[in-house]
Amino acid sequence: MSVLYIVLPLALIVVAVAVAAFVWATRHGQFDDLDTPAVRMLHDDAERKR
Amino acid sequence: MAISYADSRALAEVARARPSERGGCVHCGLDVPPGMVEADAIHQFCCGGCRTAYDILHEHGLDRYYEFAERRGAPVRFTGRGYEEFDHPTFRELYVRTRADGLAEVELYLEGVHCASCVWLVERVPLVVAGVASMELEIRRSMARVIWDPSAVTLSTIARGLDSLGYPPHPFRGVARDAVRRREDRAMLVRIGVAGAIAVNTMLAALALYSSWFGGMEPEYQRFFRWISFALVTPALLWPGRVFFTSALAALRARTLHMDVPIAIALVSGYVQGAINTIRDSGPVYFDGLAMLTFLLLVGRYLQQRGQRAAADSAELLYSLTPSTARVVGADGSIRDVPPQALMPGMIIDVRAGESLGADGVIVSGQTRIDSSLLTGESRPGAAREGERVFAGTVNIASPIRVRVDESGETSRVAKIMRQVEESARRRAPVVATANRIAGYFVAAVLALAAATFVAWWFVDSSRAVDNAIALLIVTCPCALALSTPLAVSVAIGRAARAGVFVKGGDALEQLATPGRLFLDKTGTITEARTALVAWDGPQWVRPLTLALEEGSSHPIATAFRMAWLDVSTTAARDSVHVNGGGIEGRVDGHHVVVGSPSFVHARARGAARAIDPSLTPVLVAVDGEIVAAAGIGDPVRADAPASIAQLRANGWTISLLSGDAPSVVRTVGKEIGIAAESCTGGASPEAKLATIEAALARGAVTPVVMVGDGINDAAAIAAASVGIGVHGGAEACLASADIYLTRPGLSSLVQLTEGATRTMRVIRRNLAFSLIYNLIGAALAVSGHLTPLVAALLMPASSLTVVIASWRARTFDERST
Repeated sequence: MSVLYIVLPLALIVVAVAVAAFVWATRHGQFDDLDTPAVRMLHDDAERKR
Repeated sequence: MAISYADSRALAEVARARPSERGGCVHCGLDVPPGMVEADAIHQFCCGGCRTAYDILHEHGLDRYYEFAERRGAPVRFTGRGYEEFDHPTFRELYVRTRADGLAEVELYLEGVHCASCVWLVERVPLVVAGVASMELEIRRSMARVIWDPSAVTLSTIARGLDSLGYPPHPFRGVARDAVRRREDRAMLVRIGVAGAIAVNTMLAALALYSSWFGGMEPEYQRFFRWISFALVTPALLWPGRVFFTSALAALRARTLHMDVPIAIALVSGYVQGAINTIRDSGPVYFDGLAMLTFLLLVGRYLQQRGQRAAADSAELLYSLTPSTARVVGADGSIRDVPPQALMPGMIIDVRAGESLGADGVIVSGQTRIDSSLLTGESRPGAAREGERVFAGTVNIASPIRVRVDESGETSRVAKIMRQVEESARRRAPVVATANRIAGYFVAAVLALAAATFVAWWFVDSSRAVDNAIALLIVTCPCALALSTPLAVSVAIGRAARAGVFVKGGDALEQLATPGRLFLDKTGTITEARTALVAWDGPQWVRPLTLALEEGSSHPIATAFRMAWLDVSTTAARDSVHVNGGGIEGRVDGHHVVVGSPSFVHARARGAARAIDPSLTPVLVAVDGEIVAAAGIGDPVRADAPASIAQLRANGWTISLLSGDAPSVVRTVGKEIGIAAESCTGGASPEAKLATIEAALARGAVTPVVMVGDGINDAAAIAAASVGIGVHGGAEACLASADIYLTRPGLSSLVQLTEGATRTMRVIRRNLAFSLIYNLIGAALAVSGHLTPLVAALLMPASSLTVVIASWRARTFDERST
């Protein structure tokens, strides 16, 4: 059971990293518009290769 | 399977060839009208707009647009405007931001955006217009963010480019508000994310603690899990949970009570006791319950905020569509476009037929008819000639005029009315939502009960007195109570928006749930606000002769005849003469026909005057010197009005007409839709409307006073009423002051709205009952000393879940009645 003393803090660090990533993404506007990017990824950018 | 580039080119060729093979327009795919078909061309176009758009795309190598399966199925309706006002310094000051890298940035609302291919096309504008750094389209709001280099290209050039592709741009008028909202939304989302992650992890730790009761965990590990939960829940309360504490403190400071006060009490007492028990290493901790509570409450609040935002956004976008330009005539006779905000007294402006005036002023040349229905409520357009004063917000409907501006911006009559609107909006007492009203009693009851529990247990078993009192405080945390209203309201607002009803605030729905007094504006609300043939008294054979004469005129009365008699076939008229302000005469099929005002016709023909309803504008018809028919021109009542009024009355509403139009006209319309003459008020100025609403508000304190209208003249009354409703096609001022905006013409959405509001209130009450029952069960367990943290942790989410499901499944607004 004493492995808990290592694993649990480790798990919490992983959670902290995930939360930090989420906060970063939100503050950089990743969740501002949820409709257009879904459409935009369907358009490949072939005309830029020309 | 990979498709090579060459293959995709070939596919594109096929896709491009197909529409013209089946005879459709290459650009939009619609049928090509026979007059536009060019026999030897490969590509056919339905209109000049589509041809221009196709040429632009082809020239810039953007033919790939035609590979999209889903494309706009509408012809390119380009306005061909110059958009010069987009370059004006005032425009730049109002809408354009300069970025740190020297580029300029603006948000434009685009008309005509509706599918995936539009995103593709709009975002490729930088390839078409040199100097545009980037263009990003947000499809839900049809909003494009444009970044460009002002030294390389002007904004008007970009605007013309968008226009010729079929997306006429409009400046977005809510830029400042938009930035604030975006910041708020992001902060809210961050809080929810943090609270959610913490809640789930605290639950896991709690699960280990609960299972220890069955297995027997060494006290060492139990202590470890307690400390872990403690460490987790602390930031949850300090960061995302802080909103509840600040708002509860603000409420206490203002000496009011709302939902956040009992929530804050539960969170604080639970946290303090949990902390003490953790340090003492004995007794229950409620950390998982607290973390879950914070998360659920934040989600509820976010949903409510989003629903209201979406509705308010849609209304704002609608008024971005109002004209953003005025044409100023320079000293040398040249004309340039400027934003209306840049008009100064002394300038001469050119106003074409069909355009609205941007400022008050005096006509210096031309004569026309002015429709001031939005400003005064008068349904009949009045004649205006040189030297007469005209006002901003009215519409020139007949012929071009030039106006010397004497009052603009802040000093114009519209601006004065708008100030009154703000004034009356400020005076309006804030509405206390049902949930917050209950909160007051709730806090008192819970605190009293907790005190009683403490005292009672003090005599039974003093060591458990504190524990049980605090358990009561935690379990009665009104989580479900606080969620019930926002959820029901946000679901209702979302469904209402799909039915074309934009609700800007939840309290408006709550107010509409009980029937009260309903004041309806006439012009544009009950009637269609257009000139139409309403009455006809004469033989059938006169119709083709009358219509033949009217066919060649652009006068509104001629249009009324044409619209009413679409099925009547005519021959051509010869030698027709238009007399301004009188009528038309000419020869049709060998007959001499005269159509016009009574004085005009009486001067040219014999015969008795025919009686026509005095509220209508009379038009007489004479054939070969004999008066044979009379027509009444007026503003027709909407087809669904009588039925809707009857339905509203059956639901318990008291209905009155409140109009700026002539009293006789208002009474006639009232009779037609079944409203008694004593409930019809005519000739009411904006001030009189406001006074009527305020008098009604003073009389009945319990029932709501609702004002429905479309014009600037209604705006002050709308802002003052307990619920103000703006209708389809109304003026910007009116939309801005209304709580609710109906996007579909007619009164049936009003019926739908009030009935939906009643159903929403029923859902809210049912939710409140549910959550109170849960709280009672919890309180009973806590008072009797049977409440363990496990029971609390099960009871709280269960109650919230019930409320969520009940709100989601409720049929508050369905599309049934549309």
